[in-house]
Amino acid sequence: MDLELTEVPGAARCDAYTSLVRSGGELLDPGRRVLVVMPAYNEQDSIGAAIAEVRATNPTVDLLVVDDGSADATAVIAERAGVPVCRLPYNLGVGGAMRAGYRYAVRHDYDVVVQIDADGQHDPRYLPALVARLDDADLVIGVRFADQATRYEVSRIRRLAMLVLARTLSRMAHTRLTDVTSGFRVANRRAARLFAAHYPAEYLGDTVESTVIALRAGCTVAQHPVQMRVRQGGRASQTPLRASLYLCRAVVALVLALVRDWPEAPPPARVEEPA
Amino acid sequence: MSANVVLGLIGSVVVLVAIVEMMRRHRLREKYAVIWFFVAAGVLTLAIFPGLLTGTAGLLGVQVPVNLLFFAGSLVLLVLTLQHSYELGRLEEKTRTLAEELALLRLEIARHSHEPEAAPSPGPPRATVPPPVPTSASSPNRKAP
Repeated sequence: MDLELTEVPGAARCDAYTSLVRSGGELLDPGRRVLVVMPAYNEQDSIGAAIAEVRATNPTVDLLVVDDGSADATAVIAERAGVPVCRLPYNLGVGGAMRAGYRYAVRHDYDVVVQIDADGQHDPRYLPALVARLDDADLVIGVRFADQATRYEVSRIRRLAMLVLARTLSRMAHTRLTDVTSGFRVANRRAARLFAAHYPAEYLGDTVESTVIALRAGCTVAQHPVQMRVRQGGRASQTPLRASLYLCRAVVALVLALVRDWPEAPPPARVEEPA
Repeated sequence: MSANVVLGLIGSVVVLVAIVEMMRRHRLREKYAVIWFFVAAGVLTLAIFPGLLTGTAGLLGVQVPVNLLFFAGSLVLLVLTLQHSYELGRLEEKTRTLAEELALLRLEIARHSHEPEAAPSPGPPRATVPPPVPTSASSPNRKAP
């Protein structure tokens, strides 16, 4: 496996990772069957590069693109790249796309399910490190490096929302979780089986609430620092009103997740493929 | 026969006829029909025996009897709306599951029609097959077309 790639189109060079590799960093464990699920909604400009980058950095993983009812050429581009594309008939949100991905993974007997966004925000070079953390956790969240978090421009209100979420979930998880809204996630069989049955479709539910579900079901959640990149597409502008709305939705999502009734243990393989 | 009795009678009879007709045309499922039937029956009873309302209002200490009617009416509507929200949420969850299943099935069908030789064992291309290591990201096509 050639991890020291010289050029990946559309990918910024990541010094933190190269130093990680040089310092005897991990390679992807070949004993695990890994599925990278890429939920994509109108990502025709970035999905090609995102797919190429995953393959270039981790040639042994399988890819699945879940096209979340895109109106553009997202699915076509992914299919031309030779990736199986799961086309949802209409837009379900990241939660719906990911649950389809988890169901696919459970049916096809994958050991590890990775969520990587199609917008190029998540750097697949961190994948081996994240997967390696599954040795002592069921769900690993890739979070921004602490120094990057301060540089990452977010409004004060939005940061407050993130802080509230992080504090609450850290307490629940008995470990430090700094950014539970990160979509860069790695799940093992246990978590994947849980998410194949229960994965919320609501806004923020796919990240915040799914973490709560995992914790409630007795899964171990850990985080691993990664370098996040700027989205390739345009980012929604951060007005104070938007940020306040985000705070409200985050609190609602959190409270709902905490009071809702969730299964105590991963259910038996309910969505097993019929023989 | 006072005006409100006539109005109440007309209202309740219209609702009852509508329920029966919708049931007959298979436009209404029993569980909703039962709810509306009870609503219509209640309105009919009150229309025929207006004394019932004044009596209950006096018993409960409600000064203006019609206020009791409004209160009960809005309460019933509130509960019914809540019930509909619940049903709507359940339906959304079901359609979501169906959409996901449909997408997964479409993927399986596409895979089988493209690779008919691999038909007996449905499954993804195996990860254990060591693919040629791409030297650059421009040639990542490792899956057979």
